[in-house]
Amino acid sequence: MSRLLPIALLAGLVVLPLALGSSPYVLNALITTGILTIGAMSLNLLLGFTGQLSLGHIAFFGIGAYVSALTSLGFDVEIGFGYRIVHEPWPAAIGVLLGILAAGACGYLIGRLSFRVRGAYFVIVTVSFAEVVRLVALNWVELTQGPLALTNIPAVTLGIPGLGTWTLRTKLQNYYLVLGTGTLCYLIIARLVGSRFGRAMRGLKENESLALSVGINAARTLTIATVISAAMAGAAGSLYAHYLRIIDPDIFQFATTVTMVIMVVAGGKGTLLGPVVGGLIFGLLPVALRPVMAPEAQWMVYGIVLIAILFVMPKGIVPGVSVLLARLRSTRSVPVLEASPAVPR
Amino acid sequence: MSPILSVEHVGVRFGGLVAIADLHFDVREGEIVSLIGPNGAGKTTAFNVMTGFLKPSQGEVRFRGTGLTGLPSHEITRLGLARTFQRTSVFPDDTVFDNVMIGLHRKGAQASRAPLFDALIGRAGAAERRLRARAEELLDWVGLSERSQEKAGALAYGEQRLVGVALALATEPAMLLLDEPVSGMNASETQVFVRLIRQIRERGVTILLVEHDMPMVMEVSDRIVVLNYGRLIAEGPPAGIRSDPAVIEAYLGQGSAARRAAAEAQEPADA
Repeated sequence: MSRLLPIALLAGLVVLPLALGSSPYVLNALITTGILTIGAMSLNLLLGFTGQLSLGHIAFFGIGAYVSALTSLGFDVEIGFGYRIVHEPWPAAIGVLLGILAAGACGYLIGRLSFRVRGAYFVIVTVSFAEVVRLVALNWVELTQGPLALTNIPAVTLGIPGLGTWTLRTKLQNYYLVLGTGTLCYLIIARLVGSRFGRAMRGLKENESLALSVGINAARTLTIATVISAAMAGAAGSLYAHYLRIIDPDIFQFATTVTMVIMVVAGGKGTLLGPVVGGLIFGLLPVALRPVMAPEAQWMVYGIVLIAILFVMPKGIVPGVSVLLARLRSTRSVPVLEASPAVPR
Repeated sequence: MSPILSVEHVGVRFGGLVAIADLHFDVREGEIVSLIGPNGAGKTTAFNVMTGFLKPSQGEVRFRGTGLTGLPSHEITRLGLARTFQRTSVFPDDTVFDNVMIGLHRKGAQASRAPLFDALIGRAGAAERRLRARAEELLDWVGLSERSQEKAGALAYGEQRLVGVALALATEPAMLLLDEPVSGMNASETQVFVRLIRQIRERGVTILLVEHDMPMVMEVSDRIVVLNYGRLIAEGPPAGIRSDPAVIEAYLGQGSAARRAAAEAQEPADA
């Protein structure tokens, strides 16, 4: 059952464009939702499985986008003392890879900086990091064009040796690129969570002192988790850049991080499907509401839906539904004795 | 026999508060030693120093000849010194089985050079199976096999303590520090636990115990170290400790609860 559900969801998403016809408006909504959902999945790896809140997650997303865009556009900047760096344009696919690596490297730095001291420090470090990166993108005009935006970013070209190459220009192609990347990220997270590394993350989240006492290296485990999470956010960001083909410093908006947090929390943090479910709901909700109400009213509904979900299912949709299903299954047999979450220590 | 653990003139101060003034004692290999004293005497503080959760203001703890000052907790565990906790002895949201699997973290590291990579490409299967077999063995050993699929946080106190012991044993320690392992257990559970402690020792694990249950301490210990106000006031075999005037005064000088504890400690001597 729990194994079939993701496969069914994937199958549904694969045939979805065929069922909807190729309305560019709907496809566009699905693609941006998919990209944000990948961001939410990466955030969930930290927030849901290690309990560390990265409130500057959009920085990794934006770094992936900018590094990938600049790699494929080329640049010519002066770095002081009369030296210049001149970079000729490289293929977009290499840009995506470098975007992922750069975001992961930033994740490593943030992890090393903040996990010596724990707790609120990680939140503060990530928030400040995102703001610093935004200011750099805004003010280093020679490299990033600042508010004028990087334009004409090339589309991703995929090649299979011996079979030819495809440049992913259409919305439909980008939809499947995003779906494929999302599926890969889901599988990686699923493997990680089910492994010894995943147990170390859970141990640190549930009882840090006890985790240390069984030999788990907290700083190392959390740093690795941050690197993987940041790299995935970077992948989402670079897909975003090559899909929209224009990016500006607004990509670093704090509100986007908040949207990802909402997706994770509403869907169910610490579950594999949670961010996917939350991502689809809160990504597509504005699209569904747009024809029927004014933008201000949309935001109110957005908030009301979030509150309603958390009121009915405080742990999020996926854990809430699975508890419900378990209850339905066992109504005829033994009454379910719920474990009190607040066990006295 | 040579000491496996030496506490060498350790002092701990929190600002102006002296938690431990000057603590100095050895534990020899294969012994069961108890650390006792009235509430606030500094017993748990001493444990936290030994396991790297606190840095001593003075002195040093040596384990098998290695100085532990400045080592992080997980490194101390790797050297073979494991501990249990007074209150939070489990990972509450995981099943008992998964608790022990988390505890087998160290053993998992020995199975593979690049465990993270193996997990990603799905090559960790054989190592995982060995860990699962080991986890079942450990649960069977502490007597929790039947609870293995229950949430650890939902277990009774006594059973949570047993999970804590299984977790500590999963790290394959040479020495085990038990922090009030039988508090909250009834008499029969305590007896089971005493047998367990002896079995652990028979496996070659040295044991240092902090405990308030005096009959249990007197029964199980080879040697007792008594702390009061952060100072060592007596040290020796149970028989000597029972009649030690300094110990009696430490307990009688406190409130009525301590009076009872001291009386309990006396009872077996009279019997």
